[in-house]
Amino acid sequence: MTQIDPRSAMHLADAAVSVELETPDMTLNIGPQHPSTHGVLRLVAQVDGERVMSVDPVIGYMHRGYEKLAEVRTYAQTIALVNRIDWVSGFANEVPFVAAIEKLMDIEVPPRAQYIRLILTEMARISTHLVFASSYPLELGASTPLMHAMREREHVLELLESVTGGRFHPNFNRVGGIKPAAGGGSSMKKVSMDLPAGFLAATDEAMTRVLDIVDDVDRLATGNELIQARTVGVGVLPAAKALEYGVTGPNLRASGVKYDLRKVESILPYDDFEFEIPIGNNGDCFDRYVVRLEEIRQSASIIRQAIAKIPSGPLRAKVPRVLKVPKGEVYVRAENPKGEMGYYIVSEGGRIPYRVKIRSASFSNLSMLPWILAGQLVPDLVAILGSLDFVLGDVDR
Amino acid sequence: MNFWLELLIKVGLALAIMLPVALVVIFGELKISAHMQSRVGPYFAGGRWGWAQPLADGLKFMQKEDLVPADADDRVYKLAPYIVLMGTLALYVVIPIGPDAVARDLDLGVFYVLAVSSLSTLGVLMAGWSSANKYSLIGGLRAAAQLIAYELPLVLAVIAVAVQAGSLSLNDIVNAQASFHLFGVESILGRDVTWISSLISPFMILQIVGLVIFLVASLAELSRIPFDMPIAESELTMGYLTEYSGLRFTMFFLGEYAGLVSMAAIAATLFMGGYSFPGVSEDVLNFLGPVILLSKVMFIAFVFIWLRWTFPRLREDQLQTIAWKWLIPAGLINIVATAIFKVAF
Repeated sequence: MTQIDPRSAMHLADAAVSVELETPDMTLNIGPQHPSTHGVLRLVAQVDGERVMSVDPVIGYMHRGYEKLAEVRTYAQTIALVNRIDWVSGFANEVPFVAAIEKLMDIEVPPRAQYIRLILTEMARISTHLVFASSYPLELGASTPLMHAMREREHVLELLESVTGGRFHPNFNRVGGIKPAAGGGSSMKKVSMDLPAGFLAATDEAMTRVLDIVDDVDRLATGNELIQARTVGVGVLPAAKALEYGVTGPNLRASGVKYDLRKVESILPYDDFEFEIPIGNNGDCFDRYVVRLEEIRQSASIIRQAIAKIPSGPLRAKVPRVLKVPKGEVYVRAENPKGEMGYYIVSEGGRIPYRVKIRSASFSNLSMLPWILAGQLVPDLVAILGSLDFVLGDVDR
Repeated sequence: MNFWLELLIKVGLALAIMLPVALVVIFGELKISAHMQSRVGPYFAGGRWGWAQPLADGLKFMQKEDLVPADADDRVYKLAPYIVLMGTLALYVVIPIGPDAVARDLDLGVFYVLAVSSLSTLGVLMAGWSSANKYSLIGGLRAAAQLIAYELPLVLAVIAVAVQAGSLSLNDIVNAQASFHLFGVESILGRDVTWISSLISPFMILQIVGLVIFLVASLAELSRIPFDMPIAESELTMGYLTEYSGLRFTMFFLGEYAGLVSMAAIAATLFMGGYSFPGVSEDVLNFLGPVILLSKVMFIAFVFIWLRWTFPRLREDQLQTIAWKWLIPAGLINIVATAIFKVAF
């Protein structure tokens, strides 16, 4: 691993002055409470004036021990935990976990349930990226896109709520299909919740609104010269470096690597749909921003195709009342909005997993922080942090 | 009447008129930004439209504990807000709001304006230095760097106006704009063309370059978006304001908006004809002057608010680039062009 010398990045024309004056670096403690660290990330930065010489990220302020908690809970109980890992896209966290159990138990999920999972996963992706589209200009100082994008995100969340009953933590997936219908009695427990009446039409309308707001943000922010001055060429992440650090998701694709698990190995029927994988050229903050906006458009297109050809049929495979998972181990991964999310489950047989290892996207994406932030200016540090779009719950778990 | 008593009354009147204007601008910012962001904004305070929100905010701040960090440089920390507020309020003294209505018509009015307007940056630097907070320190130093970069274009823009008006007194500059004649030409081919000269009489037509430079530089001076790097919530939490609370924060807050009003009033006076309006006689201006000036101030304040809620923040080095590579050369060229124009006609 080669570390660039931060001082070589400085444009010190007045070397003579800096030799005579002793100017020690200042330790600037950014976070854990800081507006642009997205929660409780702490960066211990050595700054020389405005120039960041080195950064030491400190994480773990939000460690909730989900991997340990999963070892003392049944599989069904853990589903309620995993959607709290990356709470901005809760639904997308559940699907790979449930899929891993289904793979262990060798259960075939009915197509309608798969389609519903896919539609809601893409909605979670849209809502995540709308949060990004609203908060990233805010990091750069433009507060107006925040309100507009958040307003339209609300329509997506309302749809999620109308299906699952929860805006952020759906807890909607069950092994073999989706959640049983609400209401008492064992007879109701056998009926799975279906999409509510009028959902498909409402989704179509919401997608129109989402596409409109993406165009609006494009007009308001993307073309803005000041936004471009702050982001183009800032925080360049070359493709080789990105792969070296295990960066995934939009951050990797912005560096020009066309790698998307939805195309590579999907647990959901993505092969049924036509969609593009947007990639960037330079891997700078601007590319990461544009790639996410484009992914919203692609997700909207996927959802429209999915509601056009959603099959009818059962919503849940035949699953025993008491979930007993056979002995074995499995790793299932999926393309989360933030990157590759994987669950490694070891089962010794029985109702409780022996070990659950969670591979979360934000954690791996943040591993390059000391490298990418060294030699940057303090304002660029904020621009780069924002463009990486991480969630601290996803980092600390 | 006793000289000092008269001065005291005039200064008191100037403050009594202009300070509520600052409150109106605060309310305007709350409401306009809300509508730009598809929000409602203040709604309940005061009954209708939430008009009392700025007052309610001020009252709330007064009730908050006045915290001084343990490591702070006590005296400097406590003095800083007064200097910021004083620096902006002192500007009101020379702004003419009518032909005879000016607290103090200084011969060197423009010079006074430029000198006093940079005082508040001293207060900001004091606040940043004394807070014993690294974010505050960076914010204060950014404000100082900003002052150095933007004082010069501001002066250059104003020099051109002074050259064209032939005076440094703000009242004379307003009169020069009111009685401006089209290169001394009154008729072309037997037709009366004085109406043209009354249309282009405000300097904002002939000094459009100067006006743009002045507005950009005053945005930087006021540290408003896109030049709000000294505050920069997302980077420096609140910059030099980080440690302030209660009444001292209120002073900074009021100082910011009072500064906005005073810079807008100066821009209106220097470039838009101040209290005068084409075709309105001087007798009427004695009554209408304040209203005319106020509407011009409000217009400029609206432009500032509009910019703030549209643009992101620039970086400190980009600000320096704009100042040194664009505004200062443009200002120098503007002065030369104005001087040639002045001598030739």
